[in-house]
Amino acid sequence: MLFQDLGYPWYLATLMAFFVYAGTAQFMIIGLLAAGVSLTEIAMATFLINSRHLFYGLSMLNNYGNWGLRKVYLAFGLTDETYSLVTTINPEDNAKKERQYFLITALNHSYWVISCTLGAVIGESFNVHTQGMEFTLTALFIVLVIEQWKKIKRLLPFVIAIISSAVALYLFAEQMLLSSIALSVTLLITNNLIKKLHE
Amino acid sequence: MSNTEYILTVVLVMTIATFATRITPFIFFRNHSQHPTMRYIAKYMPPMIMSILVVYVLKDIDLTADTGLYTVAAVLLTVTVHLWKSNPLLSILSGTLLYMFLLQM
Repeated sequence: MLFQDLGYPWYLATLMAFFVYAGTAQFMIIGLLAAGVSLTEIAMATFLINSRHLFYGLSMLNNYGNWGLRKVYLAFGLTDETYSLVTTINPEDNAKKERQYFLITALNHSYWVISCTLGAVIGESFNVHTQGMEFTLTALFIVLVIEQWKKIKRLLPFVIAIISSAVALYLFAEQMLLSSIALSVTLLITNNLIKKLHE
Repeated sequence: MSNTEYILTVVLVMTIATFATRITPFIFFRNHSQHPTMRYIAKYMPPMIMSILVVYVLKDIDLTADTGLYTVAAVLLTVTVHLWKSNPLLSILSGTLLYMFLLQM
């Protein structure tokens, strides 16, 4: 839809959804294309806007075993939504785990490709009845926070998250997501170091 | 470069840049996954990130506008339904339907 306004064909949305598979970056590129920036700048902007995924991978090191090509696909598909889901489920045995992680990643990926394509093909008329549907994402994250609380029952990560997002919102409103994640990881590691020193 | 070639190059560049952010930790830290600090991070990071994502999706709500109040109502309903029934699909559906209803009314 947005790409067509710039004179690009509808299947560009499908290609982007399939290969790039990153909502914020796909949204950002519209502005960059309209502004006519260089390929190097596009690469840098995409990397920066998605750099929070560096942290997601970091915390999945133990869970994603040595599964070869599948693991590469799991890493490729580690988006905000996929990360939320794979860290909430808790499969018992390893074979089941591999299958479930793979299914979640592949299903999320296909939903994304389908919805981006539908959005591009059907265009603005599609918006009338689905107005407000974006709340599913908010609701999903809320449900996952509650589930995480049930699992971990420790205030620490939640307190760190609130402090970091407040500081990030105040200081770096434009880059809130990345800066609050970076800040919270720093606080978490510092806290761990202090704890070790006391032992 | 024609327009089609250009746009395909853009897709390629973005694919590589995005994939780089997702594969890097697996390449550089694969031998450190049992390190105590890494395990500590892996344990506490999911709840931390989830909470940050909630703040992120709610940060732009305007409490003085109607849509802001709709969001608050939908969030409250989602939380209540989830604490009551512990059924993720039900919680997400009820919150979203309330929000869509209020917004389109």
